[in-house]
Amino acid sequence: MTAAMVMLGGAGGAVLRYLIDLRVQRGRTTAFPWGTLAVNVLGSALLGLLTSWILAAGTAGGAVFALAGVGLCGSLTTFSTFGYDTVQLITQRRHRHAAANVVVTVLAGFTAAVAGLLAGGAVWG
Amino acid sequence: MTGIRRWDVLLAVAAGGALGSLARYGLGAALPSPAGVATLLGNVAGCLALGTLMAVLARQTPQPRLLRPFLGVGVLGGFTTFSTYVLDALSTAYDGHLVAAFAYAAGSVLASLLAVVAGVTGARRLLDRPGRAA
Repeated sequence: MTAAMVMLGGAGGAVLRYLIDLRVQRGRTTAFPWGTLAVNVLGSALLGLLTSWILAAGTAGGAVFALAGVGLCGSLTTFSTFGYDTVQLITQRRHRHAAANVVVTVLAGFTAAVAGLLAGGAVWG
Repeated sequence: MTGIRRWDVLLAVAAGGALGSLARYGLGAALPSPAGVATLLGNVAGCLALGTLMAVLARQTPQPRLLRPFLGVGVLGGFTTFSTYVLDALSTAYDGHLVAAFAYAAGSVLASLLAVVAGVTGARRLLDRPGRAA
């Protein structure tokens, strides 16, 4: 049951990530991976919100969290593409882009997650 | 790019995402504590695998159309996760282990970047072995 929820959410998260990345990168000529940054920040905010919710809901929310938290948010966000993009930027000698990608992704991701946690805490806390 | 409406690509991404997420869930269930260890291992392994995959794909002509959407975007994208990494670090900090949280946050990024480099260079070295028809 839990495994099926994780798979369903994981499939949806991966498709969403793919579509958002295509949409964000469309028409852009920049080497900066805006699409991956967008999904990682969005997914971190959403997982922060869901984490607040599951802390309030307890075990009753297990199936929903497996679907939306572990599956969807886990799969919507990615570390492998973030890492690969950064290494590509370094290889292309775009060191400032690479450093900016790491700093902005990490700072924005943590800020988004804290914002999600606080917003969820205000609603369900 | 007109790829948005290509259903076979979306299906490959979805199937890969389901499998990658299931593997990530399985790894987390096998290594429940301390928080973040499973996520770190999964992210580093996924980066190593993506580096390898991209180096191998760069040598393929013609490019197999569904392999990158399935394995790269789907399986490895779904297996690795940024959101869980962030929440793991925040929960470690919230428990009062600030140094561990910072080390985890910075160490994950560093280890993952090194894993990508190891995957790319390792795959290239294997592909370039003398006597191997590239």
